Amino acid sequence: MQMGVDILSWLLLTCGGLFVLVGGIGALRMPDLYTRMHAASVTDGIAPILIVGGLILQAGITLASIKLAAILIFLLLTGPAASNALASAAVLSGHRPGNASEMSAEEEA
Amino acid sequence: MSAVFGIFLLTLMLITAIAVVRTRNLFVATTLMGIFSLLLASNFFLLDAADVALTEAAVGAGISTVLFLSALSLTAEQEKPGHRGRLVALAVVLVTTLALLHATLDSPLLGDINAPVHQHVAPWYIDNTPLAIDVPNVVTAVLASFRGFDTLGEVFVVFTAGIGVMFLLAHYPQKPPHQPHHGLRHYLIQRLVGRTVIPFILLFGFYVQFHGDFGPGGGFQAGTLIAAGIILFALLEGPNSAIKVIPSGVLKGMVAGGALLYGGVGVATMLLGGTFLDYSVLSSDPVAGQHLGILLIELGVGITVTGVLLSIFFAFASRKHF
Amino acid sequence: MYIAVALALVVTMGLALIRALLGPSVYDRVLAVNMMGTKTVLLLSVITFAFGRPDFLDLALAYALINFIGVLAVLEFFRKRSELDPENNDEGTQ
Repeated sequence: MQMGVDILSWLLLTCGGLFVLVGGIGALRMPDLYTRMHAASVTDGIAPILIVGGLILQAGITLASIKLAAILIFLLLTGPAASNALASAAVLSGHRPGNASEMSAEEEA
Repeated sequence: MSAVFGIFLLTLMLITAIAVVRTRNLFVATTLMGIFSLLLASNFFLLDAADVALTEAAVGAGISTVLFLSALSLTAEQEKPGHRGRLVALAVVLVTTLALLHATLDSPLLGDINAPVHQHVAPWYIDNTPLAIDVPNVVTAVLASFRGFDTLGEVFVVFTAGIGVMFLLAHYPQKPPHQPHHGLRHYLIQRLVGRTVIPFILLFGFYVQFHGDFGPGGGFQAGTLIAAGIILFALLEGPNSAIKVIPSGVLKGMVAGGALLYGGVGVATMLLGGTFLDYSVLSSDPVAGQHLGILLIELGVGITVTGVLLSIFFAFASRKHF
Repeated sequence: MYIAVALALVVTMGLALIRALLGPSVYDRVLAVNMMGTKTVLLLSVITFAFGRPDFLDLALAYALINFIGVLAVLEFFRKRSELDPENNDEGTQ
């Protein structure tokens, strides 16, 4: 039973780590600001669920689990709102998607 | 293993610092300073310094970014070019760095068990805290009681910074004629999420204030968190609504009142027969007196820090132009 | 076991830093700061378990709450600027 919980939490933590890496690589390699925001915010949604879920399984039923659940809830609540705010700020200042000059600059880099 | 992480984070910090110095755009410099604070907080955490990591994360990456952005909205975004005497400055800094590096060659290695600080200083505090003060968090015991006079100086520094900014800039908003300052009122998603999160930030601030005896926490961190909650409210609803929540009179009272409370505890202990800031005389049982003294002065620290941060924010944010 | 996740998180913090240094516009850099904020919260949570000190979770919780305010301040900054100066263009290149 303990071995099963350990294996499950190890699996969740590893998948969470993979999603984190995918998000980081996506934010680096995507051609445009809005696509980068998409990569960063979507993986910021799934990775905390997996990682904090794995940690809760390790912690059992203690005060630490309640704090971890609170961390998860606040991350999931504020993450998408922050991405929305950033995209609104970019649109407000006239940053249009699919900037041609930016794409050619990325190809040169 | 934590050494590997520490070295990696320090390298990232070095790259960020160089980028901050090299950029001309102050907005970019502000965001890079936010990254620098986060890396520094992680580094403190790897070194097991939890109180300092909490303060650095709350102040550096939260409040500092907001204050810098409020200031930037009043001035220009590009740094003015043309600094004379940069080579002289570089030479002075290089000479000082080499002198400091030479000085560190004589001091013991980090974590060396035979260093005087581990043989004499640290064991004294670890042995005497359960006897004299009896709180689990030795950092709070040292900060608030054994070195309480030093912390009094820190509170006065924060207080002086607050009144300095208020002298230079304070300008509380009157009702503008036809375009009231709404803040982010039209952004419904952020407003909803922000209003949901604000009570939890304030609750967590109070938790950190009173839990500082048992875990990482204390007055400085709590003041920063509570100020962050109210600043979030001011960003969402506009500074005018926020001034109605905390009127400027109350704010000025908080700035001065916290420092007054701290100094007052010191004077009270003198009147009760002890020395300045000797909390043992505050109650019939010395340990209970220490607990009461630490509670009161942490409260004073928290009140002053909250008041000063809010005053600085309102001084910047309520102006339409410089 | 936690070391692998911590390593992934620290590497991603490095990648986000590269994006902050490279990003042609300011929004790329703010995106990098926001990403780094959430990764810091996760890193702090994982390391508290790696060190075996569950009472350090307070730091991660504090930071999860505070991270939101920086991006909102950015939005407020641009909103205020567009209110005062209606014909602005996309600034933020270095």
